Amino acid sequence: MGARVGVVLFPGSNCEMDVAEAVRDLGGEAEILWHGDATVGGVDAVVVPGGFAHGDYLRPGAIARFSPIMEAVSAFAADGGPVVGICNGFQVLTEAGLLPGALQKNAGLKFLCTTTTLRVETTSTVLTSEALVGDELRIPINHFEGNYTCDVETLAMLRAEDRVVVRYVENPNGSVDDIAGVCNEGRNVVGLMPHPERACHELVGSVDGVPLLRSLLATAAVGARSA
Amino acid sequence: MLFSVLVETRLRPGIADPQGHTIERSLPHLGFEGISGVRVGKAFRFSLEAADEATAQAHADEVTRRFLINPVIEDADVVVSVGEPA
Repeated sequence: MGARVGVVLFPGSNCEMDVAEAVRDLGGEAEILWHGDATVGGVDAVVVPGGFAHGDYLRPGAIARFSPIMEAVSAFAADGGPVVGICNGFQVLTEAGLLPGALQKNAGLKFLCTTTTLRVETTSTVLTSEALVGDELRIPINHFEGNYTCDVETLAMLRAEDRVVVRYVENPNGSVDDIAGVCNEGRNVVGLMPHPERACHELVGSVDGVPLLRSLLATAAVGARSA
Repeated sequence: MLFSVLVETRLRPGIADPQGHTIERSLPHLGFEGISGVRVGKAFRFSLEAADEATAQAHADEVTRRFLINPVIEDADVVVSVGEPA
């Protein structure tokens, strides 16, 4: 049996099936977790997928962070469980305080839908353990509010603690320090704007998301065995 | 007692404001000269039932801090007054 990955479904999420398919293609088990349930159902990893949770009203993630499942996700993360937020999921995790910083409107005020090249900056996270530092990965982005921002002290901390997980080779959205993804202090919670689940099959033009999701499955499998 | 609340939010100093920047750059093309420092925020107006003004202020501050703003990037002024919103 593969690792069990729970994919959180909010009203307005729209990438949950992409994540589930990519996980299954890589030999994992995927199940959808409804945002209104106050449990993660004993899964080995949680993915908060992309979309427009609760319509992104007020701010992306501002309402989603109060969904009943988020307390369970926070507890799972505090216990060391692997949690990955992709795109809107990254926004939800920052609003929930599981990751530092915030995502603002893109510099240039354009909705961006394109393929970016990311550089892996650390392999000491649940999403990059099977990649190599310096790996360049072609992964799509699809967002209006992906402009990562944080205060100077937070940025210094992220750098000093090696917590910038991936950077854009060419910054598409104005993110501070070209940041595309960061992790928490425990390195078990990762958020990133690009969509690795959309780069897991040659039919869609890139398989560069595979090492990232494979890292998550490998970490999750360790948790599954020790549970 | 019924109070009316006005919450005005803005990006904190030092946080880039892509909307404000775009508006500011477009102003000269539209013939508006001499405008600088454009910052875009939001305003929320609502009614609030509370025992007294201090309670209303505390309640409005709490909802603002926990929900209406993201304190990582935004500040807010919360103004509470007696009566229906204008």
